[in-house]
Amino acid sequence: MTIAAPRRFTGGRRIDISQLIVWAIGGILLAIVLLGSILTLRAGHYTAAQWRDFVVFGIAQGAIYALIALGYTMVYGVLRMINFAHGEVFMSGAMTTFFLADYLNRSGFLKAHPWISLVAMLLFSGLVSMTVAVLVERIAYRPLRGAPRLVPLITAVGASFFLQYTFRGLFGSGVRAYPAIPVLQGKLWVFQKTQVAVFIGVLITLALLVLFLQRTRAGLAIRAVAEDREAAALMGVDVDRAIVTTFAVGGFMAGIAGVLYALVFVQVQFFMGFLPGIKAFTAAVLGGIGNLPGAAVGGLVLGVIESIGPSLFFDGYGIRAAHQLKDVIAFTILVLILIFRPTGLLGERLGGEERV
Amino acid sequence: MIVRAARRAIFIGLVAGIAAWHLSLVGLIPAFAQRRLVGDTLTFSYALLIALLALAAFATGRRYPGAAQRIPWGILSALVSSLMLFLLALLVTHLNLRQILLNATPELARVLTFGGGASGAGLVRLLLIGLLAGLFAGGLSALPRPWGRVIVSAALMTLLLGLLRDVLGPLLPQVVTSFLYGTAGLSLAGAVVTFLLAAVLFTLRWSLRANAVTARATAAVPATVRQPVIQALLLLILASVPLWAGLFLSNVADFVGFYILMGLGLNLVLGFAGLLDLGYVAFFAVGAYTMAVLTSPEVGQRFTLDFWVALPIAVVTTVLAGLLVGLPVLRMRGDYLAIATLGFGEIVRLLVLSDWLKPYLGGAQGVTRIARPSIASWRIDSPQEFYLLVLISCLFAWFLSVRLRDSRLGRSWFAIREDEHVAQAMGINRVTVKLSAFAIGASFGGLSGALFASLVGSVVPASFSLLVSINVVALLVLGGMGSLPGVVVGALALVGLPELLREFQEYRLLVYGIVLIAMMLFRPAGLLPERIHRRELEEAVEEAREIAPAEIATGRG
Amino acid sequence: MRRPIRSFTVLLLVLAFVLAACQRAQPTPTSAPAAQPSPTPAAAASPTPAAQPTPQAQVTKPTDPIGVLEIKPGEPIVLAWMLTVSGGTAQLGEDSKRGIEIAIEDLGGELLGHKIELVGEDSGCNPEGGQAAATRLAANPRIVAIIGSSCSSEARVGAPIIDQAGLVMVSPSNTAPDLTDPAKHVEGYLRVAHNDKVQGRVAAEFVVNKLGLKRVATIHDGSLYAEQLANVFAENVQKLGGTVVAQEAVSPEDTDMRPVLTRIATQQPELIYYPIFNPAGSYITLQAKEISGLENVKLMSADGLLEPQTVQNAGQAAVGLYLSGPDLTVLGPKYQEFVQKYQQKYGTKPVAGFHAHAYDATMMIVEAIKKVAVQAPDGTLYIPRKALRDALYQTKNFPGLTGNLTCDQYGDCADPKIAVYEVFSTDTTGWPDSAIRKIYP
Repeated sequence: MTIAAPRRFTGGRRIDISQLIVWAIGGILLAIVLLGSILTLRAGHYTAAQWRDFVVFGIAQGAIYALIALGYTMVYGVLRMINFAHGEVFMSGAMTTFFLADYLNRSGFLKAHPWISLVAMLLFSGLVSMTVAVLVERIAYRPLRGAPRLVPLITAVGASFFLQYTFRGLFGSGVRAYPAIPVLQGKLWVFQKTQVAVFIGVLITLALLVLFLQRTRAGLAIRAVAEDREAAALMGVDVDRAIVTTFAVGGFMAGIAGVLYALVFVQVQFFMGFLPGIKAFTAAVLGGIGNLPGAAVGGLVLGVIESIGPSLFFDGYGIRAAHQLKDVIAFTILVLILIFRPTGLLGERLGGEERV
Repeated sequence: MIVRAARRAIFIGLVAGIAAWHLSLVGLIPAFAQRRLVGDTLTFSYALLIALLALAAFATGRRYPGAAQRIPWGILSALVSSLMLFLLALLVTHLNLRQILLNATPELARVLTFGGGASGAGLVRLLLIGLLAGLFAGGLSALPRPWGRVIVSAALMTLLLGLLRDVLGPLLPQVVTSFLYGTAGLSLAGAVVTFLLAAVLFTLRWSLRANAVTARATAAVPATVRQPVIQALLLLILASVPLWAGLFLSNVADFVGFYILMGLGLNLVLGFAGLLDLGYVAFFAVGAYTMAVLTSPEVGQRFTLDFWVALPIAVVTTVLAGLLVGLPVLRMRGDYLAIATLGFGEIVRLLVLSDWLKPYLGGAQGVTRIARPSIASWRIDSPQEFYLLVLISCLFAWFLSVRLRDSRLGRSWFAIREDEHVAQAMGINRVTVKLSAFAIGASFGGLSGALFASLVGSVVPASFSLLVSINVVALLVLGGMGSLPGVVVGALALVGLPELLREFQEYRLLVYGIVLIAMMLFRPAGLLPERIHRRELEEAVEEAREIAPAEIATGRG
Repeated sequence: MRRPIRSFTVLLLVLAFVLAACQRAQPTPTSAPAAQPSPTPAAAASPTPAAQPTPQAQVTKPTDPIGVLEIKPGEPIVLAWMLTVSGGTAQLGEDSKRGIEIAIEDLGGELLGHKIELVGEDSGCNPEGGQAAATRLAANPRIVAIIGSSCSSEARVGAPIIDQAGLVMVSPSNTAPDLTDPAKHVEGYLRVAHNDKVQGRVAAEFVVNKLGLKRVATIHDGSLYAEQLANVFAENVQKLGGTVVAQEAVSPEDTDMRPVLTRIATQQPELIYYPIFNPAGSYITLQAKEISGLENVKLMSADGLLEPQTVQNAGQAAVGLYLSGPDLTVLGPKYQEFVQKYQQKYGTKPVAGFHAHAYDATMMIVEAIKKVAVQAPDGTLYIPRKALRDALYQTKNFPGLTGNLTCDQYGDCADPKIAVYEVFSTDTTGWPDSAIRKIYP
């Protein structure tokens, strides 16, 4: 599947004009960003410590995006579909685990054994999200394998709404706050302890994922199916099981991301999965859809740009409330990547080889 | 054999039971436990539970040819579901889960057991009702061809009438209303009469279709005469709406009209040209905000324009926006196009929401005091009067769509939809064709937005969220992509119906999600699809279903 | 054969259009021009002394410039609420709704021989919700009056819609000055909550005079209420000799407040005033102290955060937070009775700040209905809409739970008493007394 037909096949001078216009727009945007950055740095409102804080926070947030993005990218690699409901899978773990966290807190267990509690919460959230992901796959996606692209997309959107409002109905529309974990309060040198915990958590999860994919048979099956489904089937791989495993693993990671998110942001609500879902998807595309390291890199890059971008790019122009444009920056990056480098930063890798 | 059949029946019963658990814990069943549909006893929740039981029985019995097998297995299924209901009632009564699951209250237990409570009496009641539901479902499917369907359709119609009491009440003459409706739902007599009438109507319809004589008679009238007559009648009915529809219904009709306009626009882009645009709301927003900025005295201009001057400007601006969106996405394929357009939609929303553009676009609080149209001295004030404007716009868009569909440009769009590279090889200029799809499609959206802004009198950024884009795509998919009547059906179903059933507002998006999933699973081509499209789609899905089992067969590892 | 049929069709369409246009079926309420200030109170259609409900027995239906609502015997009098009952701000709306329900209970559930029916729409504390809720309510011809909205941003968009439809609304908790500004006020809108010009002033006096702080920063969330209150606060601080070092804005859906807080930190404020709602408010409370430069800053918010959720969600970080809001400690024995009823009926003490206001709004409306309603001999009740509005504007010294209510020509009816509270504990089981205490005046 080609993404961009080489220039000589597009024929006609008209195309070049439209191409030129697009390149011009891209160039203008780049110039705006560079100029803004220079102006901001020259004005020197922020101290180095504050820039550092921005970057660190961006890394923490990006790490969470990365975990969710991995789920998106794995499913896309295996099924070529965008699992819109993945953001809700993330939310389901976070919201359900709130009750466990609350219970642990009220019974005093959280204070007495914070680390055990944290691990318990992470595992519980992972399991819940995993269950939700697998159920969605089984009920909504499996019957539609191979249908034209639009059909699973609509189903995914439907599943997304269904999950959101199911959880709203079950647990209410209010905002819940995770109890503070005593060991993670305060700063560790210059970093917030929660941010450090998030980063370490993500690293461990990533390492486990890589181990799983490279060293286990199930992981091998997934990679095979991602590369070529029919060939894998002919070679005796149980395609259905591989797909289910993909969803399960992606879901599990989203669940872990849910608790990590709650560590940093504290408040959870039925709607919390929507925006991180879209951001994570942006991250996956940014890094190269189907490409696992790409998703991780994409997440980090997106997180950092979101964190320092508004201040860095727009402060110099004196734009009021520049941080409101944080999402505009994210989406613009998305569109620009799709125009100029659709294969993503690290290239589209489906299964193992790079395909451009 | 028997074991397998039993397992199947139990499994289906469990699934239905879990569905009931879901609807109970999510709050749908407890919330409408008092909502009477027929008489004083049949409430919405009871009807829903009974329907679930009957569905379980029906789904189980379907595979068996004879009533002798259908009925018992169906009953088993329904009984399993009943037991599940009882189990939930028990759990809810004896465990206090209210801190976690808000709806796990004792009242829920009462509803689930049809008033019997989580006790022996309740269990007996449930089992009895399960038995009856099973018998009913089994009996229905055992009846000769049309009768089962007729009865179910008539029953559904009756229940629907009970639900729509608040809407239909003011419309029907007083005498009819006081006969049909009791205090909250249908009266018993009214229900019986409605059921019989509906049954008669459905039977008639079926027999007219099946009967060779009448079919030939209708075919005798040539299409050239039949078509315009039908069209004229339809137009007459549509145009008469303001005369009999109240304030509320006219408002609903107006909003359905807006979505029909948008649907027709997206139909050009997605239905005809096959371009997956998930950011259609951007055009709606551009049209609305242009109208707002040009006609409202609030936003820092030194001039305000008249509605009729602002309207074409809004449309032109949206066309430009369509070109702006189309240019960068010219070479993107399916999924990526979808995401890029989604990004555009969000960017537009965020920009109109931002503080940076607040002096020009109103910011988070939006823009109010948008002008209403006036013709000479007559100001179009009420939704009823506005409806005519909306109707004319929709008719115009429809007409344009029909013309485009049959034109060269339309054919180029179809060609692009089928296979872009082949189309190019045949000499179709991809750039102009795609851009024109975006531009013309956008213009409809812009028109709709401008009218919307004028009717409501204000625009707020939250009205232009991703949900609107998804709504438009969904209504297109529901009605059948590329199909013009499908757009109308989709809009009525996804926009009109929820507005009419306003009391279910809180569960609307939940049902929306379920409907989308169900539609894609059972009728991916939509309700009124283009014949070609349906064939293609169903072939594709069929093919895919054949491959999947093959994979399972060969791969066991 | 085709062409004549087609032109016939078009002709029919044009005819239908003309017919419908000329017909103008229902007498639509004449639109009250949005920008006009409310007229000086004119004589009501059927003048009767305020105290006794003695509807005159008229044989003919009264006339009224807007329209007359006809309630047949056996039909209920429909009151509507337009409040935010879901999402992060649910406690605010739910609390007000309970005030209305208690008022209706106190009336015995009926008025002038008709049952009172309460319907309502969730307005979501944002302009879109206000727009949607107002449109739906405006399309219901049975409604007599509306108690709402909760948030000022809802009313800015919603009040004109209600006004245009001929209805009237009395808000229990809208406080933005713009809503009763002479240039922007619409006739169909009144409120019994304080005008934020008062609240901003009291907050500023507290900060500068009592706390002795000079450098303040404000954060609003784009809503009408927050933005205007922050502005009033800033103006008053400057008048009292302080400096406003930064004025920023966030979005109600924002979860990451760090960029804003960091920008504020560069200006070294001593206090951050963020009169917004939950959950955004709690995000700020949670994240403020983590920013380098803001470790010792004082935090202050207003009545939008005056609910248990604020303390529950921010936990320890909320201790020391200042909150301004209606002073419920000076409200007298009738209010204490009300609180008892509330507790009995709902199992908790009131959870937000405007339940008493909602009660008063309901009672005020009921009083006005009694004044203007006309009862026909056959038992039909006629309520002239414009007269109802006028009667509301004529409210003088109405004894409400929140004080003596007198409405001015722009819709402000409140008897404002503002206090500043401090959060001293994270225990919300006995809200408010277990978590907050009044410290000013």
